[in-house]
Amino acid sequence: MNGWLIHHRAAFAAAFRRLWATPLNTLLSLIVIGIALTLPAFGYVALDNLRDLGRNASGVQQISLFMSLEASKRDVGEIESRLRQAANAKWKFVPKEDALKRMQSSEGMAEIVASLPRNPLPDAFIIDPANTEPEALEILRKEIAGWPKVAHVQLDSAWVKRFDAFLRLGKLALWMLAGLFGAGLVAVTFNTIRLQVMAQSAEIEVARMIGATDGFIRRPFYYFGALQGALGGLLAAALVFAALRLLAGPVGELAALYGGNFSLRPPGIGETLGLATLGAVLGWLGAQLSVSLSLRKLD
Amino acid sequence: MIEASNLTKRYPGGLEAVKDASFLIEAGQMVLITGHSGAGKTTLVKLISTIERPTSGSLVVNGQNLSALGRSAIPHVRRHFGMVFQDQKLLFDRNALNNVLLPLEIAGLPRREAIRRAQAALDKVGLLAREKANPIALSGGEQQRLAIARAVVNRPTILIADEPTGNLDTESGTAILDIFADFHRVGVTVVVATHDQSWIERYHPNVLRLAQGRVVE
Repeated sequence: MNGWLIHHRAAFAAAFRRLWATPLNTLLSLIVIGIALTLPAFGYVALDNLRDLGRNASGVQQISLFMSLEASKRDVGEIESRLRQAANAKWKFVPKEDALKRMQSSEGMAEIVASLPRNPLPDAFIIDPANTEPEALEILRKEIAGWPKVAHVQLDSAWVKRFDAFLRLGKLALWMLAGLFGAGLVAVTFNTIRLQVMAQSAEIEVARMIGATDGFIRRPFYYFGALQGALGGLLAAALVFAALRLLAGPVGELAALYGGNFSLRPPGIGETLGLATLGAVLGWLGAQLSVSLSLRKLD
Repeated sequence: MIEASNLTKRYPGGLEAVKDASFLIEAGQMVLITGHSGAGKTTLVKLISTIERPTSGSLVVNGQNLSALGRSAIPHVRRHFGMVFQDQKLLFDRNALNNVLLPLEIAGLPRREAIRRAQAALDKVGLLAREKANPIALSGGEQQRLAIARAVVNRPTILIADEPTGNLDTESGTAILDIFADFHRVGVTVVVATHDQSWIERYHPNVLRLAQGRVVE
């Protein structure tokens, strides 16, 4: 085994021993880091769920295309063909006869419909575009409005825009929160490592005198910071998971009251690992800052 | 080989601890640096072991000019020296074996090989039976022997000591002298700063006498 690997393995083991040597301090630090990462992580998952909720809500982000009354079967076929080419979307064709039947079945409408001399309803298409960005929806709406025999195109763009603005605001708030709590994590690691450097100043002095490089001295602290941050990240993922489990029941009941079947999506393996990696990077950064400043004082 | 030419160390505030010192220590020699308190012995030892940097002059050790060394090269040069400090600088949160293991950890030796060599070094100074003991539980003489074991475990070409018997009784001091003499006999260059004249009577080493920072003999 080469010296480089031996040094890194020894540094990792030393970092782990330091974590293990003071279990209460380690636990408290992990709780602080875990909570600091939980809030933005929970916000991220909540926004993600909200985006899904917005996508799944019936009618929202759908475009309704109404043909003119004199449109023929051939015109309908033409629109179908254009939809196939122009929009990466799913759609449903609603013939005017079906629309009339549905109207007749509505309470109190049967007599009114019967009194009509002819079917006043047009053929229609309900379009679910793949790209639900407000700008993309608006472009598609304008394009469809220009097609032949299209009388009216309806998009609840105001709702879409409001929802999108809300999501963007949420995302911005989330970034600010993440920045704030990330700085908190760096500060916690900074202070923990500073105290460790102070406690081990004698060992550092001796090690330097007998030929230790800066890397040899710094490495265990870096591993400590990264390890602490990564464990804090895993704790945060566990807290988010637990919170979503608690909320899953009430949210499901609420969705059922609105006729939906929405369920909260917990963080996946990728997101959990991402959170641990983020914690490790921030912990390493705190260790790097702390060791640099603390060792300069010992020089 | 250690060769100094017009070596000077001036501390901030103007104190010149070593002035214009020139000397040559051949490989394998045993040299005592003597002089009264404040003569510059400790500073000279620190200069040779790269703990201090010279203000002017040159200091060449094993063909390497220490005065011109970059900061990053210093740790690697220090690994060729075995250092024994007056206050031992032992680590009290490690047992005796782990104190001796430190230089080998720094050198990146595999753990099993490092333990074997550390135990051999402890055996050499008569402390193998106390390898699990914390340094605080050792006597002054044992602590100094432990410091020597740590200094020699890396098989240095030069063993440097600063007042290694300063805090010891005569019997313990003599035991330490004998250990240094043993290393000298197997070809290690031994440089010891001391005011203890019994070294001269017992081993007839080469003497570098300092007075007010200057080499006078």
